[in-house]
Amino acid sequence: MKISKEDVLKVATLANLELSEAEVDSYRGHLDEILTYIDKLNELDTFGIEPLTQVVAASEDDSALREDVIVRADIIAEVLEGAPDPEAPYFRVPKVIEK
Amino acid sequence: MSAQTTWTIPEVHSALQARKISARELVGEFYGRIEKRNAELNIYLALSPERAYAQADRVDAAIAAGDALPELAGIPVAVKDVLSTRGIPTTCGSRILEGYKPAYDATAVTLLEHAGAIVLGKTNCDEFAMGSSNENSAYGPVRNPVATDYVPGGSSGGSAAAVAAGLAVASLGTDTGGSIRQPGSFCGVPALNPSYGRVSRYGLIAYASSLDRIGPFAHTVRDTATMMSVIAGRDTRDATSASVPVPDYSVNLDRPLHGLRIGIPDDYFGEGIDPDVRKQVEAGIALLEKLGCRRVSIRMPNTEYAIAAYYIIATAEASSNLARYDGVRYGPRVSGSTLTEMYQKTRGRGFGAEVKRRIVLGTYVLSAGYYDAYYLKGQKVRTLIAKDFREAFEEVDAIVTPTSPVPAFRIAERTASPLQMYLADIYTVTGSLAGVPGISVPSGKTSTGLPVGLQIYGPAFGEDRVLNMAHVFEQAGGSTL
Repeated sequence: MKISKEDVLKVATLANLELSEAEVDSYRGHLDEILTYIDKLNELDTFGIEPLTQVVAASEDDSALREDVIVRADIIAEVLEGAPDPEAPYFRVPKVIEK
Repeated sequence: MSAQTTWTIPEVHSALQARKISARELVGEFYGRIEKRNAELNIYLALSPERAYAQADRVDAAIAAGDALPELAGIPVAVKDVLSTRGIPTTCGSRILEGYKPAYDATAVTLLEHAGAIVLGKTNCDEFAMGSSNENSAYGPVRNPVATDYVPGGSSGGSAAAVAAGLAVASLGTDTGGSIRQPGSFCGVPALNPSYGRVSRYGLIAYASSLDRIGPFAHTVRDTATMMSVIAGRDTRDATSASVPVPDYSVNLDRPLHGLRIGIPDDYFGEGIDPDVRKQVEAGIALLEKLGCRRVSIRMPNTEYAIAAYYIIATAEASSNLARYDGVRYGPRVSGSTLTEMYQKTRGRGFGAEVKRRIVLGTYVLSAGYYDAYYLKGQKVRTLIAKDFREAFEEVDAIVTPTSPVPAFRIAERTASPLQMYLADIYTVTGSLAGVPGISVPSGKTSTGLPVGLQIYGPAFGEDRVLNMAHVFEQAGGSTL
C-alpha cells in the first residue's frame, strides 16, 4: 500500500478540502492504484535529463517581456457582483484576527 | 430558407451574402433547434440570446450596407464553458462557479466576435476540463448526438456534440490531454488541437497551464482552418502565446499529399485497441497511402510512460490553479466559523469527485518529500517524450495514430475505475506533453455505427500541413471509409 488514510487526510488539509469519510476511503483506493501505476516511471533512467517545464522557450521570444504598464480595468462593481459576501470595494471573509 | 443540419461556414456565408436568410433569422433557427433538443442532449449550459441577436443585427446591417462580409460573419458558434465570456455565466461545469459571470472575455472569443461570429452560448464539459466522457460535469453528462445512450467524449463533449447535432456551425473547445481530439473522434467531427502557444489562453480558466490549449470543432476540416486563422496569434495578455506568424490556414488545404512521409508508431496498434478502431484507422492510413503518402514505421519508445507523466504534471498544476476557488471572490460560499473552515467546506462541497481526486493527487505529488520522486521525474520524462516527437519529425512529415483506442462508450459504463479511464488517453497525451498540433478527423465508423477518429500530428506550429493532410483525406472520402 503506497498511501494511507492519514496521507489522504494530510493532503486534504494542505489543499483545504473537507472530505467525507466515504470520500477519504474511495480516494485512498484510487490514489493507491494510480501511484502504483506511476511507479513505472522508475523503469526509466532519467539521470542527467533536464526537466521540461514549458514547451515554449522564453528565450525564443523576447517579446514575452513587455513594459509593466498599469491599465485601469474599472470593473470593481462587476467583479463584486459575483462575490458571495461583498462590501464594496472589498470581499468580506470570516474574522481572521482575534482581539 | 431553412437551414440544413450540417451547414458549413461557406454555405452559411453564401446564404447570408445572397440574402437567402438574415443573420437574425439564422440565430432564431439555431435557438429553435437548441430549444427542441437541449433537454435531451444537455449540450448548452447557458445561452446568450441578447448578445447573439445584437451581433446578428450588426452583421445584417453590414450586409444591408453592402460591406464585404468576413468569412466568419454571422456564423453561429458555441463556446466551451471554461472560456470566460463577459456577463454570460461561466461555470467550468462546476458547482463552485455556479452563477459566476466573468467581467471580461477570453481573447479567442473576442477574436471570433471581431470576425463577426455569433456566440450562441456556453457548452457543457467535464468539471474544469477534467475527464474523458463528460460524466464529470456537475450539470449532468452530455449525450452523444450520434447515439444518445453514449458519451460524447470529454472534456469538450458539449462543443463536439453541438457541432455534431447541428446546434452550432462551429465551436471552441480546450485540450489538455486530449479534450478536443477525443470528443471530436467520439462525435464524428474534425477537431484540432493547435500547438501550445498558438492560441492565446487569456480568459481560459486554467486546468494545467503548461498543457492547456484552445482549438476548434467544425463540420469540415476547411471550417476548422477558417476558425484557426482567426483565433491564432500572439496576445500580449498571454506571455506563452507565440509570435510565430499566422498563415491563412485555408490557402494550402488542397495541396497534393504526394511524397509526404507519414510515421506510423507500430506499437500504437497493439494491446488495448478496439478491433474496429484498428481496422478503421488502418483503412485511413491505406487511404493516405493511396493519396501519395509514404508509410514509414517509427518508434516512440517513451509512449508507455506518457500517461504516468501526464497525470503527475497535470494534477500538480491543477492543484495549484484550483487553489483560487475559496468562496471569497466568486461562486457560492459554505460558511464556517473560521476562515480555514469556510475554505474547506466551500471547496469540499463545491468541487465534484474527479476534481477533488486530482487535487489530492496533485497536492500529494508536490508535497514535501515527494516532489523529486514524482513531479520532477514526470517533467524529465516529459523531456523524453518531446524528444521522441522531435526525432520522429526528422524522418517524417506527420505522425498518424488512432485518436482514441476505443469508440464512444455507454454512459456510466466506465466510471468505476479512474485509472482505466486515464489509460484511454494514451494517443493524445503524448502530443499534449510535447506541445505539438494534432487533428482528429473522422475515419469511418465501427460495425455498430460509432464514429472513429484518425489523428494526424505535425511538428510544433505545423498546423498548416496537418490541416492540409486532414482536408485532402476528408475530401477523398475518409469520413465514410
